[in-house]
Amino acid sequence: MITLGDYLIVSGILFAIGFAGVMLRRNLIIILMSLELMLNAANLSLVAFSRFRVDSRGLPNYNAQVFVFFVITVAAAEVAVGLAIIVALYRARRTTDVKNISSLKF
Amino acid sequence: MSPFLFWIFALVTLIFGAAVVINRNPVASALSLVMSFLGLAALFMSLNAYFIGIIQVLVYAGAVMVLFLFIIMLLDLRAEEGRQINWLASAAGLAVAIILLGQIFSVVRHFTIAHKAFPPLPASTIDDVRNIGATLFGSYNLPFQIVGVLVLVATIGVVLLSKREPR
Repeated sequence: MITLGDYLIVSGILFAIGFAGVMLRRNLIIILMSLELMLNAANLSLVAFSRFRVDSRGLPNYNAQVFVFFVITVAAAEVAVGLAIIVALYRARRTTDVKNISSLKF
Repeated sequence: MSPFLFWIFALVTLIFGAAVVINRNPVASALSLVMSFLGLAALFMSLNAYFIGIIQVLVYAGAVMVLFLFIIMLLDLRAEEGRQINWLASAAGLAVAIILLGQIFSVVRHFTIAHKAFPPLPASTIDDVRNIGATLFGSYNLPFQIVGVLVLVATIGVVLLSKREPR
């Protein structure tokens, strides 16, 4: 029997993997991919909660699914802008390694 | 959905998600990300969220991944080889991720409703595109229009960012 907790655990592990990617990797594009993993982990737990809250008509709670829809839209816009920034940065510095892009580092 | 299929798709999602972080070659990472998103779309469908599962495949496995691969090929990124790893920083990053994971596990364990199974849905009444549309245009009409403006701003921003300035 699959419980709500199983989905939350999968979502938590996926979030931790994405978080580890952001902390460990040095390539900007991989960091952006790990960010996408984290956003999707949040989406998974939202959809699981939506399915868990069945209303009086016997339907899942669609507010959460609309929220997931917004998250996906914003994430797509974020990827487009982020990749454009990476291309502009590559043009100026010839690298996508965060170690070589530390002008603003304190 | 049977527990067997749930664990298969959960494993696909998690293993390929870990492969995104572990792979040294950016193209391999991007393709692992596609597989991870497909597994996640199957998990959404197992939760009767068919619309979300399908836009997950269309938007992420389709559009976003093509964008990632295109940029990787455009910049001609190679696998980072022979680069020495900063072990202290890596261990610290991994430790923070593991502490986060432990916290999530302990929260879920002490969360009483997390041990209940999902309530049954009355069969063959799931018309979720219609219901999501009614919710979206009924209760969330203003946020929907704001998101439209956001996408417009992102489009203009990308055009401006990738324009080469005349010198």
